[in-house]
Order: sequence, then C-alpha cells, then structure tokens
Amino acid sequence: MKTNYDVIVIGSGPGGLAAAIAAKENGADDVLIIERDVELGGILLQCIHNGFGLQLFNEDMPGPTYAQYYIDKVKAHGVETLMDTMVLDISPQREIFAINKDLGYLDLQAKAIVLAMGCRERTRAQIMLPGARPAGVYTAGTAQRFVNVEGHMPGNKFVILGSGDIGMIMARRLTIEGAQVERVLEIMPYLTGLTRNYVQCLLDYGITLQKHRTVNRIIGRDRVEAIEAVTVDEKWQPVPGTKEIIPCDTLLLSVGLIPENELSKKAGVLLDPITNGPYVDDRFMTNVPGIFAAGNVVQVYDLVDWVTEAGSTAGKGAAQFALAEKLETGEEIPLKAGENIRYVVPHKLDKNHLAEEQVRLQMRAITPMEERVLVTVEDQNGEVVTKKGEPYARPGEIITLAIQPKAYEAVQRATSLTVNVRKR
Amino acid sequence: MAEISEIICVTCPKGCTLRVKHEGKQVLEVLDGCKRGEEYAICELQDPRRMVASTVRVDGGLHPLVPVYTKKAFPKHLIPDLARALRNVEIPAPVKINQVVLPNALGTGIDVVASRDMPKVAA
Repeated sequence: MKTNYDVIVIGSGPGGLAAAIAAKENGADDVLIIERDVELGGILLQCIHNGFGLQLFNEDMPGPTYAQYYIDKVKAHGVETLMDTMVLDISPQREIFAINKDLGYLDLQAKAIVLAMGCRERTRAQIMLPGARPAGVYTAGTAQRFVNVEGHMPGNKFVILGSGDIGMIMARRLTIEGAQVERVLEIMPYLTGLTRNYVQCLLDYGITLQKHRTVNRIIGRDRVEAIEAVTVDEKWQPVPGTKEIIPCDTLLLSVGLIPENELSKKAGVLLDPITNGPYVDDRFMTNVPGIFAAGNVVQVYDLVDWVTEAGSTAGKGAAQFALAEKLETGEEIPLKAGENIRYVVPHKLDKNHLAEEQVRLQMRAITPMEERVLVTVEDQNGEVVTKKGEPYARPGEIITLAIQPKAYEAVQRATSLTVNVRKR
Repeated sequence: MAEISEIICVTCPKGCTLRVKHEGKQVLEVLDGCKRGEEYAICELQDPRRMVASTVRVDGGLHPLVPVYTKKAFPKHLIPDLARALRNVEIPAPVKINQVVLPNALGTGIDVVASRDMPKVAA
C-alpha cells in the first residue's frame, strides 16, 4: 500500500467525511481516511432519529441517511479508506503510525493532516458518582449503540441522569422498544438539551423530568437495584429531607461530551482549556503547521450541519497546505470572548481571508438570557465591526455570526476582536 | 365550553409556550406565538403527528439491525402499535437506502423505509 499522501483524515464522522471531500475538490490528489470502526459514518450511524440536515439540505433526515449522502460522495471522489485501523501516534512532522489486523503496523507520511476524532462521553468517574459499582451503569451513547446498531437491550427499567439531547432521545427510544423509563434527573435548574426534544421525547411519552435533582448514590451489588435521588441547592449541595429511592436496573448517564484529543496532544497540538479542543485559526489549522482539526474535536457542536461546514473548511485548508507545502498567512488577530461569552471558535482570524469570503464565528453564552439580545464583534477601541440580533441566548445552543467581506476595511484597523452578547 | 390549553411549539428551536383557546378540537384563538405557531397548535389539537424512527431485524447483514423511519409524520396515537409491528419485521441483506420495509403502515398510507444501506456479509 501507498505510504505517502497529500491529506490524511483521521476519523470518518461528518467532520472527517466533509474534510476528505473538500480536500479532493480543492486539488489534493491522494486523500486517505483512517477509521477505527468497520465502516464509514461515525456516531451518525447510531443516531437513527430524525432532525438532521435542516440547515444544509432544508430536509429532515435520520442520522444514517445524512451520513450516507457524504459516504457516497467520498466513494465517488475516489478517496482511499482504511477501515478497522487504529491510529497510535502522530508526529509534528505529520508522520502517522497506525495498526490494522491485516496490514499490521503502518507508517504513513502526510503533507497535511485533518484531525476528526470527534468527542467522547463524560463517564461516571468524571462526575464522581458515589455508591456501589454494579453492572447496569452506561453512558447514554453506549446504550444507543447497543439498542440501535447491535440489537441488545441494556435493561428493562431505566433512570436517566442528565437532560442532554442523547439522554432524552434514548428515553424515547427505550420506551418505543418496550422498556420503562422511570425518571430523567437534571442537576441544573434548566433543560440542557433542546426544547423540541423535551416535547417529542419526554412529554409525548409521559416521562417525568426533575430539575435541580441528581443521583446521590447507586444501590446494588451485582446489578443496579435502585438509585437514590436527591434535590440540590444553588451550590449543588444535597437538600436534607429530599431523598427518594427509585427502583431500576439500569442508569444511563447523559452528562456531557468532551472533544477527543489524545492523538492531538501527541502531535504537539495546543488545547484550549475551555473548549478542550485545539486552538485554531479561521482555516481550522492548529498551532502545528499542516495539522488541521474539524468538527467535535474542536468544540462540541449542537448541529451536525455546522460540523460538516467546519470539516469542509478544514479540508480545503489542508489541500491548500499540501499543494503549497505551506499556507500563505497574512496578519492574524485574536478573537476574544467578551460579555457573557464563554468561548469563540476560531481563536484567531487572518485579516486577508475576509477579502475572499465570509468567516463564520461560533460561540456559547455563559448564562441564559431569555430576551432579545444583540451579539456584537468589536475591535480594541469598541468600534462595532459586525452585529446580529437574536431572540435569546442560551448556553445549550451555539450562537453563529459571520463576518462578511464588506467588513474588510474595519477589520484591517483592528488588532483584536471581541465578541459580546448584551440585552437589547 | 371553551378552555385554554398550553402547548409547547417545536416548529423552531425557540420552543415558545402557546396558550390555545379551544372548544374540544375546535381552535378559537392562539394567544401567543407566530403564524407558524398557530398552524402547529391547530395540527397538534386536531391530528398530532410525529416522525418515527426505529430498527428492524436484518438477516445476513453487516449488523443485525437496520434503522428505519416513517417517510412522513405519523399519527401520534398509533406510534405504540407501529413499534410493535416493526418488532416482527425481518428482511434479508443487502438492504438499500429508502427501500420500503413496511408499506402502508397500519393502513395510514405511510411507508416505513430503511434509512441507510446495509451490506450483506458472508456467513
């Protein structure tokens, strides 16, 4: 097999697929996707529910259908693929070491790399859940894979901790498959997933959601027998007299996602402690020249359409880097989080890029604002470069704002840009 | 007797709570929300429907199941019956995307179709 490629993409979820396609379309000849599973598509394949593609296709598709559109395109573009292959290490010189059952140990060289490993679920250990350690405690995504792909029911009587989208979607899915979902508990005072999922997954099936409430301990020796729920105060401390034992045989955790960057670190990629993903420029290149990052490996997105778009941008940048052996960069200025903004992606902007096309910024609010808000991008003197009104700002939903080429002149005068969200 | 019910609109991500004045299934007035919210409220009171996704068994496929979904929004009150009907369906691999898995499900005129290809693997 070949050992030298223009662009190698690690991971074949929506970010990786879009990156490989964009790399081909922008002139890279030899493009390879490395995937550890036995088929292309990533987590979309187990997300069998509808709701994908509304932004890009104006159509409501199930996850596998959305994935297949890009899988078919990858094949039509002649992208090479290596399935069932685990990348072990990456060097800053873009050498990739991987292992495959049939081909053995692989040592590959790429002119550019796109990291598209996605994210992983926060586990029981990471939320420090006390109590016994019996069988029957799963992350919601693991249960999703069992039920939707492998055909196993992980239990009969469930409690779900966390009102994230995967947790609520699994509450509905398990009910449809004949299981009993006793309760969804949410430690925050607000829903952490989308309102539409609360209506379609919980209200429709009569499943109770309790906010400000969490699992105090897990009960059971060999298998989960019950959990003890408790109400918490503003400081997340248990409120006396609010304990309830809920009998169940399975506890699902839907308590957040973390970008998967073990490989990135080995390549010397610097990570932002707020997003847990790499610092990236507006072409999604990391601090290591020629190593790009796309999708949930950068930040946890709420819509797959944005992951696809980010993958395309990264793939295009990777192709340009591979062809020129470098990327022409102009003056770069930092993008900073201002009032009620937790983070902004990308972290910096090349002033020259605005001459050609818009640059999309994405950010998350810190606290919910249930009123009309104004999102502004301001330079170091407080001059507004661009702005956008929104009906509300919620931490659970990414805010998107594009800087248009018409702001080119204003951006030339800036030494930094800060994003703020304020009451109108 | 006119009464007021609260319905959470799911047409867009905003998720407004609409107060709907109605007599039985007859909507008199939608007190909050936009034009799309009004349409949603009427539909929700008279004929609530949802997209339904599930899986059916596959014989000889890469995976033991293939995901399926209703081609159109499906009457809400029939969803438990549909889930039961799908549990009894088994189809042979290979499966093609959009292949009809259960035609005219429960006499609604709505087809249930595969949402992806499922290749055949040698036993």
